[in-house]
Amino acid sequence: MARTGAVSAAIELKGISKAFGPVQANKDISIRVIPGTIHGIIGENGAGKSTLMSILYGFYKADKGEIFIQGHKTQIPDSQAAIAAGIGMVFQHFKLVPNFTVLENVILGAEDGALLKPSIAKARKALTDLAEEYELKIDPDAVVETLSVGHQQRVEILKALYRQADILILDEPTGVLTPAEADQLFRILNRLREEGKTIILITHKLREIMDITDTVSVMRRGEMTATVKTSETSPDQLAELMVGRKVLLRVDKQPAQPGAPVLKIHDLRVVDKDGVERVKGIDLEVRAGEILGIAGVAGNGQSELLEVLGGFRAATGTIEMNGQPIDLTGKHSDGQSRRARGIAHVPEDRQREGLIMDFHAWENVAFGYHHDPAYQSGPLMNNAAIKADTERKMEKFDVRPPNPMLTAKNFSGGNQQKIVVAREIERNPDLLLVGQPTRGVDIGAIEFIHQQIVSLRDAGKAVLLVSVELDEILSLSDRVAVMFDGHVMGERDPKQTDEKELGLLMAGITEMPDKPIIEAVEEQLKAKQAREAAQHG
Amino acid sequence: MDRMPAWADAVLVPLFSLVLAAILSALVIIGIGEDPVAAFKLMVDGALMRSSGWGYTLYYATNFIFTGLAVAVAFHARMFNIGGEGQAMIGGLGVALVCLYLPWPHWTLALLGSAAGAALFGALWALIPAYLQAKRGSHIVITTIMFNFIAAALLNYILVNLLRPPGAMDPASANFPEATHLPTFRDMFSTADTILFRGAPANVTFFIAVLACVLVWLLMWRTRLGYEIRAFGHSESAAKYAGIAPVRITVVAMLISGALAGLMALNTTQGESERLILNATEGAGFIGIAVALMGRSHPVGVFLAAILFGFLYQGGAELALWTNIPRELIVVIQALVILFTGALDNMVRMPLERLFLAFRRKEG
Repeated sequence: MARTGAVSAAIELKGISKAFGPVQANKDISIRVIPGTIHGIIGENGAGKSTLMSILYGFYKADKGEIFIQGHKTQIPDSQAAIAAGIGMVFQHFKLVPNFTVLENVILGAEDGALLKPSIAKARKALTDLAEEYELKIDPDAVVETLSVGHQQRVEILKALYRQADILILDEPTGVLTPAEADQLFRILNRLREEGKTIILITHKLREIMDITDTVSVMRRGEMTATVKTSETSPDQLAELMVGRKVLLRVDKQPAQPGAPVLKIHDLRVVDKDGVERVKGIDLEVRAGEILGIAGVAGNGQSELLEVLGGFRAATGTIEMNGQPIDLTGKHSDGQSRRARGIAHVPEDRQREGLIMDFHAWENVAFGYHHDPAYQSGPLMNNAAIKADTERKMEKFDVRPPNPMLTAKNFSGGNQQKIVVAREIERNPDLLLVGQPTRGVDIGAIEFIHQQIVSLRDAGKAVLLVSVELDEILSLSDRVAVMFDGHVMGERDPKQTDEKELGLLMAGITEMPDKPIIEAVEEQLKAKQAREAAQHG
Repeated sequence: MDRMPAWADAVLVPLFSLVLAAILSALVIIGIGEDPVAAFKLMVDGALMRSSGWGYTLYYATNFIFTGLAVAVAFHARMFNIGGEGQAMIGGLGVALVCLYLPWPHWTLALLGSAAGAALFGALWALIPAYLQAKRGSHIVITTIMFNFIAAALLNYILVNLLRPPGAMDPASANFPEATHLPTFRDMFSTADTILFRGAPANVTFFIAVLACVLVWLLMWRTRLGYEIRAFGHSESAAKYAGIAPVRITVVAMLISGALAGLMALNTTQGESERLILNATEGAGFIGIAVALMGRSHPVGVFLAAILFGFLYQGGAELALWTNIPRELIVVIQALVILFTGALDNMVRMPLERLFLAFRRKEG
């Protein structure tokens, strides 16, 4: 077949298919990635993005199809072959040895011989060159665990470049970064592109695709539904391609009408089992009929705050619910007594906390409310009543398939989350705690879950929302509080703030710095890392 | 990933494991120059073809039902109670004290009393390991196995120094009074013309064991406590979120487990020997682990697996009696069954699952 383009593609996949059992993860996928461009791959959870990249990196073998690298047909049986073909991968969860230095991590697996000294010397020289070439500055002798997450990611990129990668694949790279760090990452990616590297960016964030990519491919249910030039598309069109129907990206809601305070938190402190203080004296108030959003990068005390409120972590300070103090020692309080006080909780991790994955849907709908008298008949549980209740809730929340006898793990992420949300919201709580309500949830379900949260607010209930997705915080919340390093850095009105301001607060910066923003941010994050390392020691 | 249907998992896997164990056992028997077919026939004849054979098979099965249920309940709370042996021994002490030191007018009342004693003593013996696990994180496997040794030593001391009647030579308690003797199958099922279950130790306790199966099923799948135990066993983090107290569930599940193991003593101590002797448990506590594994921790499965192991015990005794197959080889055969049905479960399941899925794909 004659090639039409003047240049051969950096990567060309032809007719890639991969099935796991009866599940067709990738179906006849073809894609051409032009050298020296950033190619975005967008799709919902389970659309097959990660499978496709795993095939490209040699983790899985495709059932059918061919891979061409720089115009040559290439077999990639394992990751060694992928590296040899010039492919570098930056995983969502970094593959670094925490107590090794940057240099040691970079040469790990690419040592030249039995003795380390020559390899290290060579790598030091190479790292200096790379840092200059791509503005990837980093201290080669720093121990990785003392680096901020953004810098750890930089080490991953350096690792790939050190191995002569021409094609860089990044899997959801901004999930753990502050907005300023994400901007910095994109600057680096731009620089890499200018130097002729080819980059594949896998993400579920439409904004990132629009900001940085040249071309974008959309995946849905294992198929590549479209490849378009980024300049010729719009977020709405991409969302529609991802979901297969028109979706509402903004939450449609009326202004809040806040009433009396429902939840009052004063000087709350949490120390974890390693002795590290995770929440360092915060004050918050949530009123009836409003959604308070807590923004922040993961790991800044938000999870601990939710766990304290949900009744499964001890703390000091005071919390009042409807004017009555609630016990924080953990001795006379638990999830049961919290529920009795009108607190419902959609936990951050539905698979570890919100659901028992091996239980049927109906058993999960009773979960946490299994003391409800409506679910009992004498000394036994009234399973028929629970099943009937489950059927009703599944229908109301459009859980698919609406089968109470199905095991939780057999539902998609979005439907699992709908089960949890249905269970909690249908209790009509005075206060709803929501953690990462749409993590790993498809866009269609996100829209639905957001509507449910807003309508609970409109019914005059208080909602405390924790999310690492700034877009979600900004579109849902009536008030935004930003947490950094266990402190609340400040509260903002979402209509009068923007991602930039919140992004600075997320890095602990309350005033506009007099030096470049990224420097100030990195200074803060480094200081935080050092504090934590010191407390551990 | 897709899985094979539940019925195949529950029926085909144990069946395949059994066949594999049988083949390997047959090879061993051939290896020592005996005829495996004749040996198998002898086992079936001795254990299943006569009422007295059934009387032994069901007697052993009764023990295994109790210990199997004990392990199963703990499994549901994700705990490995391998202290069934010790809990059953101490349960026997409970039975002996109730039978010897309380006046009983009739065996029915005595059975109620001794059941309470057996369950209470068994539960108490499980309480300390349970508490240590819940509060201090001491691993339940380690503590329960140590408590088996402590139980054996304690029982030895009590029998020799406290319960042994003056002048008696063996370490055993006095015989229980007549009114506490339980009716055997022979008493219950023989008619004037035909005597059934002659000489066999199976007794009314078997029906208590069946009742225990029903009650455990009700507990695990129909009560709030069972729901909480299963939830805790599947995911401790989720249980905490739901307000299920880990300490309470750990302790309660182990108390129930210990009580069930203790109840086994009704069969051996009150039903069979009618006095407390050393080593009345004969390793049934450990067989309970295999029974629970093979029975998928479900009462119906436990019941069926217990019958199977009862058959192996009784059939094995017959082999030792009538053939040149040494007693040790019987243990080897039993061990093979345990190995395949318990420990090597996945070895059978995974190829079987693959086969199943391949077959289904061809169909679909």
